[in-house]
Amino acid sequence: MTAVTLAGAEADPRRRLKVLASQEALLAIAVIGLAVAVGLYNPRFLAARNLSDVLLGNAYIAVAAVGMSMVIVSGNIDISVGALIGVLATISGTLAVNGAPIVIAWLAALVAGVLVMALQGVIIAYLRIPAIVVTLGMLSILKGGLISVTGGKWITDLPDSFHLADIELSGVLPFPVFLMILVTVLAALWMRYSASGRAIYAVGGNAEAARLCGISQPRTIVMVFALHGLFAGAAALLYATQLRVIQSTVPPNLELTIITASVVGGVSILGGVGTVAGSTLAAVLIAEIASALVFIDVSPYWIRAVQGVLILVTVIADILRRRRMAGA
Amino acid sequence: MSEIPLPHSAKRVVPWWLLRHETMLAVILLIALIVLGGLNNRFLTLDNLLNQGRLTTEVGLIALPMTFIIITGGIDLSVGSIVGLCAILLGYSWKNFGFPLPLAICFSLLVGAAAGFLNGIVITRVKVPPLIMTIATLALYRGLAEGISQARSVRGYPEWFYFIGQENLFGVPAQLWLLLIAIVVSAIVLDRTTFGRTLYAIGNNETAARFSGLPVDRAKLIIYTLSGFMAGLSACVLVSRVTTTRSDMGIGYELDVIAAVVLGGTSIFGGVGTIWGTVVGLAMIQLLKNGLALTGVKGDATIVVIGTVLILSTLVASSLQRRREGI
Repeated sequence: MTAVTLAGAEADPRRRLKVLASQEALLAIAVIGLAVAVGLYNPRFLAARNLSDVLLGNAYIAVAAVGMSMVIVSGNIDISVGALIGVLATISGTLAVNGAPIVIAWLAALVAGVLVMALQGVIIAYLRIPAIVVTLGMLSILKGGLISVTGGKWITDLPDSFHLADIELSGVLPFPVFLMILVTVLAALWMRYSASGRAIYAVGGNAEAARLCGISQPRTIVMVFALHGLFAGAAALLYATQLRVIQSTVPPNLELTIITASVVGGVSILGGVGTVAGSTLAAVLIAEIASALVFIDVSPYWIRAVQGVLILVTVIADILRRRRMAGA
Repeated sequence: MSEIPLPHSAKRVVPWWLLRHETMLAVILLIALIVLGGLNNRFLTLDNLLNQGRLTTEVGLIALPMTFIIITGGIDLSVGSIVGLCAILLGYSWKNFGFPLPLAICFSLLVGAAAGFLNGIVITRVKVPPLIMTIATLALYRGLAEGISQARSVRGYPEWFYFIGQENLFGVPAQLWLLLIAIVVSAIVLDRTTFGRTLYAIGNNETAARFSGLPVDRAKLIIYTLSGFMAGLSACVLVSRVTTTRSDMGIGYELDVIAAVVLGGTSIFGGVGTIWGTVVGLAMIQLLKNGLALTGVKGDATIVVIGTVLILSTLVASSLQRRREGI
């Protein structure tokens, strides 16, 4: 047992990387495999129009899932993000309609997102209230606040220049998809190679060890939440600009979809493990499944049940895999 | 725990039982009652108070097992979705399977218990943290409710079924009796049985509880199953009260339930809490809602207040606890 443990411990980092790589490879295979399988059943699924709609309509989930992944890697959770995205979209839209410069409207969503999330981070990290209590409370504050302030009115007549989603880079790459890829790559590199990025893993993996290494746990958590707020702001802009109207209500259960993307993407719910590349692939997979249901004549009302099964299977597999690694 | 007077508390002028979270809460509740009664003469009437009792039953039934769960240091976020699933299956099995209504009620209670059992078995056997497990089943159970119902509602139940939700028994709303019995039973179980004390032991130090030979996993399995069962019962009461089933029933219940439990002095970190506290917490939340509604605040704004109350009461409780430990 001891000899095996020693050998295992030496090989552990590399093996863990390999396992993670396989999680992402697995997701990529699932994304392509599903497209082929559904395409064989109903070729219209593979129409360029449909595939780009799937990506365009769900890029904001991938962007928000990047922030969520950081939060979960740090050993926390956030269930207020769906409500926050609704609030930020409304703030930005209201400013744009009332004649504020478009850049200010965009910036306002980002700044407000950072402020709200940083506040939650401070309460969680410095006042040591569990993240679930803080974010559950914030969820209801944001949700109730949004509906009582706007009365559920929709924002229409948005100026044309407000619509980020309309921008196409060099005429082919839609901005939401570009942003999704850019955010994922930057965040992945930052979390992998920078000291502050590694600190997130350290805090989530072993808070005591991180403290002994001179990493401030509260500061790291506040930083993670502030960044998460920034990504939520970006996600809100994509969400607000993909339709011609902003509904001024909280998108129902959006936080669940975002958490599902993070967890299915291989972010371990026990903290300390996970990459944002996985969560982005998972967001694409979830969107693809939702679209595929329609093309194989299954009622879209089943989508949330499918999400639930996906998250359950991934979580159980993750725990069993960890236990096997620990036992080996 | 606060029941044990600390040696240095002799210096204090105020008796220790007055400083208990529940007592303070009850005093605040009393003051709130008087103030709200003064603001609005429709508030402090027996009819209104009994009606508020009727409205709080659905959340109350779930808050009792949630108190058990939070005392062990766990949480169950899936209760609202179980309410939705059970409500849908009650209507669906009655209408589509042709079950007689009593059988349909039993079926939906059974499904509730099974949903809770699934939470419990994965939490105890696979060791998935309760938070994550119940977030997953929050999505799964709501998804099943949506998938099975296809957004169709079921109505037109036989007249006798509305008794529990709408009628009075001895001058008190029928479902309130159900809640009262449940409160008494849970209070006795938590305070006076080995099982109840085991829950505190798990919350205080799970490893120690295990090494003391306490049936930790069995106790957890029981309380999560109970939580699902009570959510099913709550669904039946809810359907009987509003006379229809829809797949979005019970959305957001987890907030009200957890807020009531935490406001009632049960520590979110586990090991501390009472049923009596939860009952006062429930009353506080319902009266807050009612009082705000009577003064003209809309329903959406009241959830802002509940969210704030949840965060603030946790803040106060944890800072009090830290000060107590810091002495």
